[in-house]
Amino acid sequence: MFNSLSNALEIVVRTDPGMVRGQNEDAVFANPNQGYVILADGMGGYNAGEVASGMATMFLSSELEAAFIARAPHEIDSATGELFAHRCILDKVAMTNSAIYNMSESQAQYAGMGTTLVLALFYDNQITVAHIGDSRVYRLRGDGFCAITRDHSLLQEQIDSGLISPDDARFSQNKNLVTRALGVDAEVEAEVHDYPVHTGDIYLLCSDGLNDMVEDEEIRLTLQTLSANLELAATQLIQMANDNGGRDNVSVILVKILQDFPAERGWRSKFMTWLKVR
Amino acid sequence: MAKMILSMDGLVLKEIALNKERMTIGRRASNDIQIDNLAISGEHAAVVTILNDSFLEDLNSTNGTLINGQPAKKHFLKNNDVIELGKYKLKYLAEHVQQPEAGDFEKTVIIRHNMLRPEPAAEPEAAAAAPSSASGDALAAQAPRPAAASAAIQILNGANAGRELELTKTLTTLGKPGVQVAVIARRPQGYFITHVEGAQFPVVNGQAIGIQAHQLGDHDVVEIAGIKMEFFLKS
Repeated sequence: MFNSLSNALEIVVRTDPGMVRGQNEDAVFANPNQGYVILADGMGGYNAGEVASGMATMFLSSELEAAFIARAPHEIDSATGELFAHRCILDKVAMTNSAIYNMSESQAQYAGMGTTLVLALFYDNQITVAHIGDSRVYRLRGDGFCAITRDHSLLQEQIDSGLISPDDARFSQNKNLVTRALGVDAEVEAEVHDYPVHTGDIYLLCSDGLNDMVEDEEIRLTLQTLSANLELAATQLIQMANDNGGRDNVSVILVKILQDFPAERGWRSKFMTWLKVR
Repeated sequence: MAKMILSMDGLVLKEIALNKERMTIGRRASNDIQIDNLAISGEHAAVVTILNDSFLEDLNSTNGTLINGQPAKKHFLKNNDVIELGKYKLKYLAEHVQQPEAGDFEKTVIIRHNMLRPEPAAEPEAAAAAPSSASGDALAAQAPRPAAASAAIQILNGANAGRELELTKTLTTLGKPGVQVAVIARRPQGYFITHVEGAQFPVVNGQAIGIQAHQLGDHDVVEIAGIKMEFFLKS
């Protein structure tokens, strides 16, 4: 089948209930061979959050796995010109949304349950990020560190409209109010973006249990200092969140790019490329 | 619900609950908070509340409005902020959550735009009033808890013998990348050294540490990549 990405990507996943919450409603998942990781932060009464986030990771991952065995993410649909990665992600996220939504409608204790979602798919030296809600993806490249997702939250909308400055936002009591979630409506739109990937990049997916407890600057310092030991970096991030109060479940997924991973293209396209170069 | 305490010359006049999306302050009787004083404009300022956050807006008043001593036209209110209009003071107190159950802290909640009107009193669990973190004083808890006493390491051998390095950052790296690297983490519980990379592990007081973090004690001697150093607490 298609080449495994396990030599190109080093992946560490970690989740922790934190210091305050009785149960863990976050879920994390990694498929190192096909090159994607998923993080979900569930919400809802009783243990519904746990059900929602668990469904998100399990359902979505099994759908993606089957789809990418049949067809590679980098392929382009000749009719629509669309990348299979995009088509597949949008379709499977919609299916996952329906699954969770239907479950929430069917049982009283699951009513209103939902989850955030972050999915990062690596292929052909690029990353496609799909997200719904306020769980984030950060990228460390050399000295540069920034979030490459924008929260779907009330606070972010206020910042975008100039109502609150980013400094004041740290003190807002309206944190954790997401404007988009998976499984709470019959339909939902994931935000999808592609970015090129460089060897040496480190990607961090995290639930707000991390970035609400630890400043971005401290996260950057941790990743830069411990880039040679991803397991230790993950441990340190969770420890810092807990040392600062650990008021929510905290989850992190770290992906480090070890080498190039160009897509395998058939002999035909290689021949055409060779022809052009001559 | 957040509230404000109106006072003058240290004497408390009134306690005002911020139970409306927009509360105006001024001399005219039509204001939600009426202050009958000539130094206050007819419509002097307004407090706008969006769920659990409140903002102060000066309505182009003649004498202006001060926040914590500084003139301001618009300000995001934080717990204990003091608004001054003329001789009157309004102290803003953020919502105090009555001992929330542990599970309610920092819960993520979905919000739809028609939920933005604050509901009075009881709110359904999944709706507008998301449980906020406890009092504004707890906001200080979002900053890292103060670490243990400050500490430093002093190099004992090699070219840099005698040099002192203060351990001020959360993580301080020691050693040579590619050869042997360890990190000292500054935590509320104390200072911990952990092996990061390299075939050899750090040696503390003559014994190699394992893969787990090792807490450092006053005057411990650490050896990494051939360099010996002494860890000590500063008082």
